[in-house]
Amino acid sequence: MIIKQLSIFLNNEIGRFTEVTRILAEAGVNLQAFTLSEVSDFGILRLITDNNEKAIAILQENSYAVSTTDVVYIELPDRPGTLAKSIQKISDAGISVEYMYAFSQGNTASVVIRTDDVRQCNDVISK
Amino acid sequence: MYYNEEIETMDRESLRRLQSERLVHIVRYTYENVEFYRKRMDEAGVKPEDIRSIDDISKLPFMQKQDLRDYYPFGTFAAPMKDIVRFHASSGTTGKPIVAGYTQHDLDCWSEGVARCLTAYGATKEDIIQVSYGYGLFTGGLGAHDGASRIGASVLPTSSGNTSKQIMLMKDLGSTVLCCTPSYALFLAESIENDPDTSPSDIKLRFGAFGAEPWTENMRKELENKLGIKAYDIYGLTEVSGPGVGGECECQDGTHLWEDMFFPEIIDPVTLQPVKPGEQGELVFTTLTKEGMPVIRYRTRDLTHLIYDKCRCGRTMVRMARIMGRSDDMLIIRGVNVFPSQIESVILEIPEFTGQYFVTVDRVNNVDTFQVDVELRPEYYGDAMGKMLRLKDRLVGRLVSVLGIRPEIRIVEPNSIARSQGKAKHVLDKRIMNP
Ligand SMILES: [Zn+2]
Repeated sequence: MIIKQLSIFLNNEIGRFTEVTRILAEAGVNLQAFTLSEVSDFGILRLITDNNEKAIAILQENSYAVSTTDVVYIELPDRPGTLAKSIQKISDAGISVEYMYAFSQGNTASVVIRTDDVRQCNDVISK
Repeated sequence: MYYNEEIETMDRESLRRLQSERLVHIVRYTYENVEFYRKRMDEAGVKPEDIRSIDDISKLPFMQKQDLRDYYPFGTFAAPMKDIVRFHASSGTTGKPIVAGYTQHDLDCWSEGVARCLTAYGATKEDIIQVSYGYGLFTGGLGAHDGASRIGASVLPTSSGNTSKQIMLMKDLGSTVLCCTPSYALFLAESIENDPDTSPSDIKLRFGAFGAEPWTENMRKELENKLGIKAYDIYGLTEVSGPGVGGECECQDGTHLWEDMFFPEIIDPVTLQPVKPGEQGELVFTTLTKEGMPVIRYRTRDLTHLIYDKCRCGRTMVRMARIMGRSDDMLIIRGVNVFPSQIESVILEIPEFTGQYFVTVDRVNNVDTFQVDVELRPEYYGDAMGKMLRLKDRLVGRLVSVLGIRPEIRIVEPNSIARSQGKAKHVLDKRIMNP
C-alpha cells in the first residue's frame, strides 16, 4: 500500500537525531521505522510514524524542515527470498528505486520503498 | 524632485569653483585651529597657501581611522566646545570608539544631505517616515530623523529592535517610508511574511532608505518584492557626517554624493595614488563645510568607483557605484582576495536560497579552509537529497567562477543562521584567533 513518510532535514551534527526522537517521544508519537541518510553537511531522517499530523506539528513548532512523501509499504513473511521476489517484480517493470529500507516486526518484515512512480510500483507489487 | 535644485543640478564648472573656494577655506581653517592638521601638513611640506583650487587636493596628506583613535576624543576637533552641540560615536568593536562633534551648522548640512536624499526618493511632508535605525550614539537614527523632520514629514522614531511592535505601528499608523539597515529591513520583511496577523495589504510602505552597511542589487530586488516598495541606498559614515553623505535618485543607477559638502576621490589602496576617472579603488572624503570635526582626505576603506556622467534625473552630482567591499573586510583565502559582498550577491542570484549566509575561514595543516553555510527557502527542503545536492553544486559552481576559489558549502536547517539586527555579521575568521 501507499503510505506517507516524513522526511526531516537535519544538520549533520551530533545530537540532532536524538533530539528529534526525544521531541517525538515526548509528544507521544511512536516511530514504526526510520532511516537516516547523510552526506557531508546534512542528513535526511525518514520516518514512518503512527501519527503524522502530530509529528509534523511538533517538529515544525521546533523549527525543523519536515515534508511528507508517498512511499510504498509492504509486509512480507520473514523468510529468506521473499524480498528478492518483490524487488525482481519492480525491476522487471522498469521502475527505478530511489531508496528502500526494511525493518522486522516479529514474524513479518516490513519494507518501505521510494520510487520515481509510487503508484505504478504499488500496482506491480500487489499483483 | 529636488530639495536644493540650484546645488543638485549646478553645472560642473561652477561646482568646481565652489569646491575650490571651500577647500581653500577648510585647509586654512584646520591648519590654524588643529595641531593634528598643522603637524601633518608641515611634515608633508604643504602650506595652506599651496592649496589654491580643488586640483591641489592631491598635495594634502591622507588620514585614517587610526588617527581619529590616536587623537581621541577631541584631538581633531576644529571648533571650540561652546560651538559643539552634539556628539555621535561609531560602533567600535574593540578599544575606543570614534567620537564626532557637530556644530549647529554641521547638523544643518547633515540634515540637508538627508533631506536631499529623501526628496530624491520621492518623499514629501505627506509621508510618515518610520526611522528604524538605532537612536543614540549611532548616527543612523538621529540623522534620518533630522532629515525627515527637515522636509516636514511625520516622523515615527521607532529606533531598532522590538520587531513585533515595529510591525504593529507600521500597520496601524500606515508608515509610507522605512529607514533602516538593509539587513534589518530583510529581517522585518521576513517577520511580516511569517506573521499570521499581517497581510501584505496591511503594509502601506512606498519606499525604503537603506544604508549603514553595504548591500547588493539582489538584496534590493528581494526587499522590493517582499515589501512591495522601491528600495534606495543612503550612504554615509560617522567620520564624515552620518547617513546622507549621498543617496540614490529615482533612477537607482548609482548613489549621488553631495560633493558641494563632501568631496570624494578614489585612490589605489596600495599606491595611494588617485586612479583614472571611473576606475575602482578606495573612496576618500574631504569635508568641505564641516566645522566641528572636519576630515581631510579621510580614507573610508570602502571600495567603489565614481561615475561623472550626468544622471537622467538631472542631477550633476557625481554618482558612486555600489560599494563592493571594504579594503579591510577583504579576506585573503589561499592567496585570493574574497569579499563577503561577492558571496552574498552570488547566493541571492539563486532563488532557492534565502540569502542568509555565514562564512567560516580557518587554517588546518597550513591550508586555509573556507566554508559557507547557507539556507534554502522552506519549500526546497524535502525528501529528495539529489535535488538539494544539485542546488549546492550550482552554488559552488557560481562561487568558483566569481571568486576564483572553491568554498565548502553547507546547507543548514532553516532559520539556523543568526539574523542580524544591526550591522550584519557574516564572517568568522578563526585564523585571527589561532595564528
Ligand atoms: Zn540621478
